[in-house]
Amino acid sequence: MNVPENLFYTKDHEWARVEGKNAFIGITDYAQSSLGDITFVELPKAGRMLKQSEPSATVESVKAASDVYAPLSGKVLSVNQELAAHPELVNQSPYEKGYFFLIELEDESEKANLMDALSYKRYAEGLSK
Amino acid sequence: MEINEAVKLQKTPLYQAHVSLGAKMAPFGGWLMPIQYEGILAEHAHTRSAVSVFDICHMGEFILEGEAVSSGLDRVVSQKIVTLPLGSCRYGFMLNEQGGILDDLIVYRLKENIWMLVVNAATIAGDEAHLKGHLAKRCVFKNISADLGKLDVQGPKSRDALQDIFGSNITKLKYYSFAEFAFAKESCIISRTGYTGELGYEIYISAGKVNDLWELLLKDKRVKPAGLGSRDTLRLEMGYPLYGQDLDARHTPIAAGLEKFVEILKDFIGKDALLNEQKNRPRERLVCFKASSRRSPRHGFAIFNQGERVGTVTSGSFSPSLCAGIGMGYVSGAYKTGANLLVKDSNTEIPVSIVEKPFYNKPL
Repeated sequence: MNVPENLFYTKDHEWARVEGKNAFIGITDYAQSSLGDITFVELPKAGRMLKQSEPSATVESVKAASDVYAPLSGKVLSVNQELAAHPELVNQSPYEKGYFFLIELEDESEKANLMDALSYKRYAEGLSK
Repeated sequence: MEINEAVKLQKTPLYQAHVSLGAKMAPFGGWLMPIQYEGILAEHAHTRSAVSVFDICHMGEFILEGEAVSSGLDRVVSQKIVTLPLGSCRYGFMLNEQGGILDDLIVYRLKENIWMLVVNAATIAGDEAHLKGHLAKRCVFKNISADLGKLDVQGPKSRDALQDIFGSNITKLKYYSFAEFAFAKESCIISRTGYTGELGYEIYISAGKVNDLWELLLKDKRVKPAGLGSRDTLRLEMGYPLYGQDLDARHTPIAAGLEKFVEILKDFIGKDALLNEQKNRPRERLVCFKASSRRSPRHGFAIFNQGERVGTVTSGSFSPSLCAGIGMGYVSGAYKTGANLLVKDSNTEIPVSIVEKPFYNKPL
């Protein structure tokens, strides 16, 4: 299971990569592996205000549809357009080419509600057992 | 399908083989079955382009000994069996008096008066009770499901792969015919049948030998294991129904659009109800639809026509071959091919249009 350091993680298997006042958002390697082949991703519109933990996107695999929750609050600056035609990027590269969207952070202190890589890794490994 | 968590899941003789291949296992019809190995899309594509082997040991098999009509068998199944040639098999249904589908099954004529019935896993007990209730006392009935393994070998290279193991007689099998073949000093039955729309075979082999055959098949570099996940996308692309989803006791073969598998000229359980429904038209019909996007309709989603609820999705998935959502469902009213409907649940709306089956046509 790939869990890069320096990202923040949620119990629902989203990640956030904070860069200055902005953050890239996506789902973890554990999430993509559990979901299986991803066939469709519905992303929020640019400009939308997201609240931490509210549904922000939908990801569909062959077997099921799942909500993706915003790990942090903020305004959607842009979304990953590549996912419309190539949702498999989420399987192939969950932390890079398969990111979901970019937000402008509303409140950086919300990071305190998220897990670091080590805590998330332990958490996800616990779920696998 | 509702799975009762309290019921202990059964395992096929290949359970350990699946675990060692790293399969994702999940409950299906009371069994713990492999859903995928490498991935559903990869296994789907491999079956369409090469050859895959599926563990289908969970399905049920019954042996009946008796003359077609006097045994009662001909009355219990919808398909014409009296004229079924030796070495042939035929698809059809067991119906209740209301014409509702209790199961879909294939009847094999093993000998003049010996038959094999292949039924769904989740319906084995119900089918057995129904058959015993309607067969003549002198008809010998054996449920051999636990002793018989089943492997489906499907894909355009299936004939080549099986010829290397079973010899060139494999190439003589016509669609819906079967023969006995030798494997490891035992006899097995191979029919040219399947649930994928590809050239393919179903192999009935003793539970004790099924692991040996599985291993031998996978030594062939052309053959890969495939799980029930791709089995479902493959069958759905062909518009083949799945019992418990697209077929059930509340719908008849007419409602399901499968009346060609009913021999209406003979006497059988449910005949009067079907004749009546033919006259009055069924209240619902099973239709196929395709989404204009990659979004998948799902089992249980509602079907709407211009704001009015007209039906329910019975099967839905992403179609790997079409790169679009596809599905089937029962609707009231008649819709022409191309008619636009809306499929939705509480937070998803998917525009779809009615299409003819199969969804997928093999490129020439």
